[in-house]
Amino acid sequence: MSAVGAIDCDVHPVVPSTDDLLPYLSEYWREMRILRELDRMDSATYPASVPLSGRPDWRSELCAPGTVVEMLRVQALDHFGLRYAICNCIHGVQSVYDENMAAAFCRAVNEWIRKEWLDRDNRLRASIVVPLQNPDLAAEEIERLADDKRFVQVLLPSRCEMPLGKKFYWPIYTAAVRHKLPIGIHTGNMGRFSPTQSGQPSYFLEDYVSQTQSFAAQLASLISEGIFVKFPELRVVLIESGVTWLPAMMWRFGKDWRGVRVEIPWVKEAPASIIRDHVRLTIQPLDVPADPDVLPRIVEHIGSEDVLLFSTDYPHWQFEGDDVLPAGLSSDLVRKIQVDNPLATYPNLMETIQ
Amino acid sequence: MSVRSEAAAGSQTSVLEPTKLGIVDCDIHPAPPMPSELAPFLAERWRKHLAVYGVRQANQHTSAVVPYPRMAPGNGMRMDSWPPQGGAPASNLDFLREQLLDGCHIDFGILQPLTSGSTTTNQELGAALCAATNEWQLEKWTRKEPRLKAALCVPQEDAASAVSMIERYSRISDFVHIAIPTRTMEPFGRQRYWAIFEAAEHHNLPICMHAPAYGYHCDTATGWVSYYIEEHVAFANPPQTVITSLIFEGVLERFPGLKIVLVEGGFAWAPALAWRLDKHWNHMRDEVPYVKRPPSEYFRKHFWFTTQPIEEPEQPSHLLDTIRWIGAERLVFSTDYPHWDFDDPSRTLPVSLPAQDRAAIFRGNAMDLFKLSGA
Repeated sequence: MSAVGAIDCDVHPVVPSTDDLLPYLSEYWREMRILRELDRMDSATYPASVPLSGRPDWRSELCAPGTVVEMLRVQALDHFGLRYAICNCIHGVQSVYDENMAAAFCRAVNEWIRKEWLDRDNRLRASIVVPLQNPDLAAEEIERLADDKRFVQVLLPSRCEMPLGKKFYWPIYTAAVRHKLPIGIHTGNMGRFSPTQSGQPSYFLEDYVSQTQSFAAQLASLISEGIFVKFPELRVVLIESGVTWLPAMMWRFGKDWRGVRVEIPWVKEAPASIIRDHVRLTIQPLDVPADPDVLPRIVEHIGSEDVLLFSTDYPHWQFEGDDVLPAGLSSDLVRKIQVDNPLATYPNLMETIQ
Repeated sequence: MSVRSEAAAGSQTSVLEPTKLGIVDCDIHPAPPMPSELAPFLAERWRKHLAVYGVRQANQHTSAVVPYPRMAPGNGMRMDSWPPQGGAPASNLDFLREQLLDGCHIDFGILQPLTSGSTTTNQELGAALCAATNEWQLEKWTRKEPRLKAALCVPQEDAASAVSMIERYSRISDFVHIAIPTRTMEPFGRQRYWAIFEAAEHHNLPICMHAPAYGYHCDTATGWVSYYIEEHVAFANPPQTVITSLIFEGVLERFPGLKIVLVEGGFAWAPALAWRLDKHWNHMRDEVPYVKRPPSEYFRKHFWFTTQPIEEPEQPSHLLDTIRWIGAERLVFSTDYPHWDFDDPSRTLPVSLPAQDRAAIFRGNAMDLFKLSGA
């Protein structure tokens, strides 16, 4: 199925090394880079060597996956004929405990994205990487970049220091809403808790597949804490979550809400309805079997054609060849997923084309 | 909240008689035994210990406060489940017979005592509590009421002790399953638990893994949630971890006769989990060389799911897709009596579920799984 003209809501630029950030750090942090040997800030969620992190035919012996803008251009933007692509940089600095260091490096990452990616291809857009170790500092970073409309979203990891609905994080949402930026929650890990309720699993594979549990927990938190009551305009995009886990969670949560809603009286609407109004999901990885009938059923279970957003998840290995979307979807739904839904989700994108 | 109004909310589900034959309820919670009830089965040392130090749990503050108080009296009991004879819900055999077994046409009821023995930090005490709970089930419940079947409680974190418990009680036919909570100290496929699998397979006993409220680790990977509703939504997670770990550690290749029943974790998440495991295993199977076939194939051989709390889509017919994807043969009915979110057998399954599948879910699957006969 052709993706020409599609808006790709999840591609991954990767910072090659901490030294690439030096031009964007203050003198103090450049000094600290040397003194403290701050040379390892890679994301533990996507080690470069692991199959997930780079599709085999997108890998090069010359560089790690996602580190070179020209490769993204050739392999994704040109190859698929994409209209826009949103850069989500998953960076290790979101895991450090020092909030000042986190703020300094997030700022550097965002400047690096601006100069090395956005300035080099006008089809690129980006999410703002924020130091969620301190939501006030995160809000400052959002304010700093808000005038550059190429930043279309605020990026948070799926595993944090506490569930994202907690009031601790509300300064981030206040700033995001002010600037019409959706909150993107992407597979990631601050590393504060075990990935499972039974502790650390043995394998990378287990850690990655259990990320659906974290997305479900974040969604339950955002709704239960009343985020969408306090910030009715807020949109949340679940990025690289797997998609098909959602209906079961909606059903379970909905039943629980009918039973114990007295605990969260500010939530007046059924969770499934709130999700359809406020939550969006990028399409890759799409956890479906070969049976082409499954995805249309899942869309019906979710109860809306407006929630899925096109994504390749470049350079991550989620699909083969050009099969970004599975067969069996109506052309109408494909157009929504590829164009209409992303434009409706990202006001800054919509503004750009108007 | 009233259980009746809960059931009425699912008005498009069946009010027909579930099956002409009596049903099997795979999740009945006898009231936790009073200290005086367990005392006859505990050594003097442990009676004294309990009187002074109590039971220290995996999550230690839970013995002092309830971090997520339930939304019904009795910390989450059905409003009408207090026996007129006195005592806590599900503490009185006569009333349990009347309200549940006779009232819901239940031929067999599988006990799932939420024993503290399996999550006691003092593992010697845990073993003593498990043994006492096993004796207590025989004396108070199963020997007086043959429709009830017992759970073989084991201290799973000390596998050697758990195995000797299995050797000791598996000879008594009242015990039809081994009870272990889903929130084990380590992912359940790890080698520390393999001796238990060997014993379970040898004695052909399924392992029933019930969702526990608290465990050794945080209740989500992103920190402690605020509300009971979030905690309850997250009960769907530990069974997914159990399945993932057992498959990827190669346990089901090593113990091909192992039967795992996920109790009170729901089941609608299972198809998506199977698809996800298949998809990502396909790219990274070299990390888990003991896995010999696509993960979804293990689902159809080794795992069963109890139905309660049955997920309730806005369109009840959507659940039929889920049941088709899982396979009706993997589901066994449960009420969760006497808890607030009790599923009434006359109103639980979608109306349009074929009669053959209803019969399998209400009775046949559990009869085979637990090797029940008669009635």
